[in-house]
Amino acid sequence: LTNARLLPEKLTVYTTLVGLLNARNYNFGGEFVEAMIRQLKETLKNNLYNEAVYLVRFLSDLVNCHVIAAPSMVAMFENFVSVTQEEDVPQVRSDWFVYVVLSCLPWVGKELYEKKDVEMDRLLSQIEGYLKRRVKTHVPMLQVWTAEKPHPQEEYLDCLWAQIQKLKKDRWQERHILRPYIAFDSVLCEALQHNLPPFTPPGHMPDAQYPMPRVVFRMFDYTDAPEGPVMPGSHSVERFVIEENLHCIIKTHWKERKTCAAQLLSYPGKNKIPLNYHIVEVIFGELFQLPAPPHIDVMYTTLLIELCKLQPGSLPQVLAQATEMLYMRLDTMNTTCIDRLINWFSHHLSNFQFRWSWDDWSDCLTVDLDKPKPKFVKEVLEKCMRLSYHQRIVDIVPPTFAALVPADPIFIYKYADETSLPGYAVSITIANAIKNRASNEEILTILKDVPNPNQEDDDDEGESFNPLKIDVFLQTLLHLAAKSFSHSFSALAKFHEILKTLTESDEGKLHILKVVYEVWRNHPQIIAVLVDKMIRTQIVDCAAVANWLFSQDMAHEFTRLFIWEILHSTIRKMNKHVQKIQKELEEAKDKLEKQQHKRDMEKNSEDEEGQLEEQIERLQEKVESAQSEQKNLFLVIFQRFIMLLTEHLVRCETGSVDISTPWYKNCIERLQQIFLMHHVTIQQYMGTLENLLFTAELDHHILAVYQQFCALQL
Amino acid sequence: MAVKLNALNSDSYIDISQYRDQHFKGNRYEQEKLLKQSNTLYVGNLSFYTTEEQVHELFSKSGDVKRIIIGLDKIKKTACGFCFVEYYTRADAEHAMRFINGTRLDDRIIRTDWDAGFKEGRQYGRGKSGGQVRDEYRQDYDPARGGYGKLAQQHPPAEQRNSF
Repeated sequence: LTNARLLPEKLTVYTTLVGLLNARNYNFGGEFVEAMIRQLKETLKNNLYNEAVYLVRFLSDLVNCHVIAAPSMVAMFENFVSVTQEEDVPQVRSDWFVYVVLSCLPWVGKELYEKKDVEMDRLLSQIEGYLKRRVKTHVPMLQVWTAEKPHPQEEYLDCLWAQIQKLKKDRWQERHILRPYIAFDSVLCEALQHNLPPFTPPGHMPDAQYPMPRVVFRMFDYTDAPEGPVMPGSHSVERFVIEENLHCIIKTHWKERKTCAAQLLSYPGKNKIPLNYHIVEVIFGELFQLPAPPHIDVMYTTLLIELCKLQPGSLPQVLAQATEMLYMRLDTMNTTCIDRLINWFSHHLSNFQFRWSWDDWSDCLTVDLDKPKPKFVKEVLEKCMRLSYHQRIVDIVPPTFAALVPADPIFIYKYADETSLPGYAVSITIANAIKNRASNEEILTILKDVPNPNQEDDDDEGESFNPLKIDVFLQTLLHLAAKSFSHSFSALAKFHEILKTLTESDEGKLHILKVVYEVWRNHPQIIAVLVDKMIRTQIVDCAAVANWLFSQDMAHEFTRLFIWEILHSTIRKMNKHVQKIQKELEEAKDKLEKQQHKRDMEKNSEDEEGQLEEQIERLQEKVESAQSEQKNLFLVIFQRFIMLLTEHLVRCETGSVDISTPWYKNCIERLQQIFLMHHVTIQQYMGTLENLLFTAELDHHILAVYQQFCALQL
Repeated sequence: MAVKLNALNSDSYIDISQYRDQHFKGNRYEQEKLLKQSNTLYVGNLSFYTTEEQVHELFSKSGDVKRIIIGLDKIKKTACGFCFVEYYTRADAEHAMRFINGTRLDDRIIRTDWDAGFKEGRQYGRGKSGGQVRDEYRQDYDPARGGYGKLAQQHPPAEQRNSF
């Protein structure tokens, strides 16, 4: 049973085994089937829908092994499909039951049709009706490319339906699946079959988490594999089975890359298919999956490297071909997917001495730098530099690519030789003070002399926001600490008190971020780590970071990858913070419960209980406050998006200009990305979002993103 | 019939290795316990020129890095080819063991291993010459790790006149 769950790609081997055992011992077969049904009920109860699919598939293949009687399997399928008649249930619920039935048919369609063709026709017709009335608003949000050519990004149920239709037309002749039971037919056909007990699908529960819809990723077709076996067509059932099995292998072995690569490459029947192409397509399909890949991104990089090691004569070429194709189609690729491609490609190159035929991509030099292709190359080179060093990048690209080479990541010190700047004198004094290990009080005293350009002459003691003070102190400090990340972190830690004082106000927080950017604008990597540190040490808060990223000062950087990495990292920190306090609250509540139990049994001190109750009250407040901060963060972000996008749309409309500029595509897809990457958290605040922000008055382009997002959960 | 087949749940890349720190204050059991809960990785076979920034970029791919401590030559106080990477969570460190260990940084295959936890003093090489022990005795020439091993530098290998 464990094998069935954990090695679904070897399904037919195990079903054959069960079939043979059943032929010998009828009771064994009966017990086995009962155990499987129990397990199926458990997995459904526990929201383990992907596992449940394998269980049902196993059961259906047991029909082929004469363990289960075909009519009883058909009856189970009928019960599944009847879920489509339920009212007021999320679409993803009925989707799943339809998916299960369809996905078993490559294995058992032939047998079921031979025994019960009338019922099966009725079943398929019901499914067809359901698929026609399904809402598919969610699809654009999940597509990797917006273009239909060369390969349409089909909704997964539509694709599977087309594949089953074709299979039916081919009279259920399916030749890819290995069916060991055929060899044992003479033994198996003597066996007594069992009837599946009537299986009613468990009812819908409000906390059920059905699998999200998906889009089938295709990047290759039969024209791409130059020699050797032909790739099965996109609507062939073989394609479905191969992809299913390869996904299963990754799911089983992803933690052990050598095993995973070996298992992928030893896929049975590999001589009849262009296996390397299938593997590369399935891997990229997972890497680019929206909202998120099934496994951590870096796993795919390492897996591809292992595959290259095992097949050095063939796989690297397929990978290069794939990379080339992905580059060619950047214009219509989803921004989130481009991010992942940038990260994958740069990391991959760093394992192969950055060898690449950059000249092949010289077409990117002939268009504006804000277009997808040059932008992609620029971001890749920037990431490559982070894994090496500036001169290396200069050396690896042809001189013609100079405009795309990242800036030398050096510190820009405003007060270096600019003696005329206000604050110059103080910067020298501060630098010396820091070098001589002056105390915080001494430094604050020095800083009191910094004039405030914002202030009226008679305002109160310099407690209010003084941008120049922040500028002088921080520039000087960071300049002294510019040597490495560790030096900068030490500096922030050492002068934490002063920094907190300077950034008490919201304006102060915003300004400190501004200064960090100004000094390190050639080195986005250190900006990101400094912002991270400042949030963690509460020098700035998450909302300040969001406001800074969306500010006019940063508008010229708005489409750069590092901006979005900082924003998403900030949101994640906020989320983790809330989760942490919620956990503390839960633990305190558990402790209190235990205390109360003890009290009932012994004469325990009520003091302890009182303390715990106080603690819980404090934690409750903390949780509420954290959640409020979290909600506010999302509101700030969405508000800013709406403002920027509306501005752009209005401007284009009044000027009768096409809205689809590279900036717009980036911005609207970044908005989508916020929803997709943080959908679990955002779910809690849907009410507020709808009432306050995503109202009917909004431009329909913006509202569409929100509606697509809502459609994902229906 | 729910036999637990450990082979199917295999996760060998995160196992602790045979290495035990001889300077560890505590017994073997205590060290192993710490290794099994640790969020800190030792990273070896770095080039002397590999920077904290490069380490941060690579190791951030498996999760948020809490801190990096570059290993130093005890005498020269310069990088001597190893470092510690500490994560905020064990899970992130495990991903590094699975997916970053054995891949390249600065063109070199690096090796990661569980560490019982950074303590002041552990950032220094323990070789007699100040660097890592492995650089004391190795015979090969590695330009990214100071050339020949220290012993080989003092007693150069016999010149190979007749190489047939």
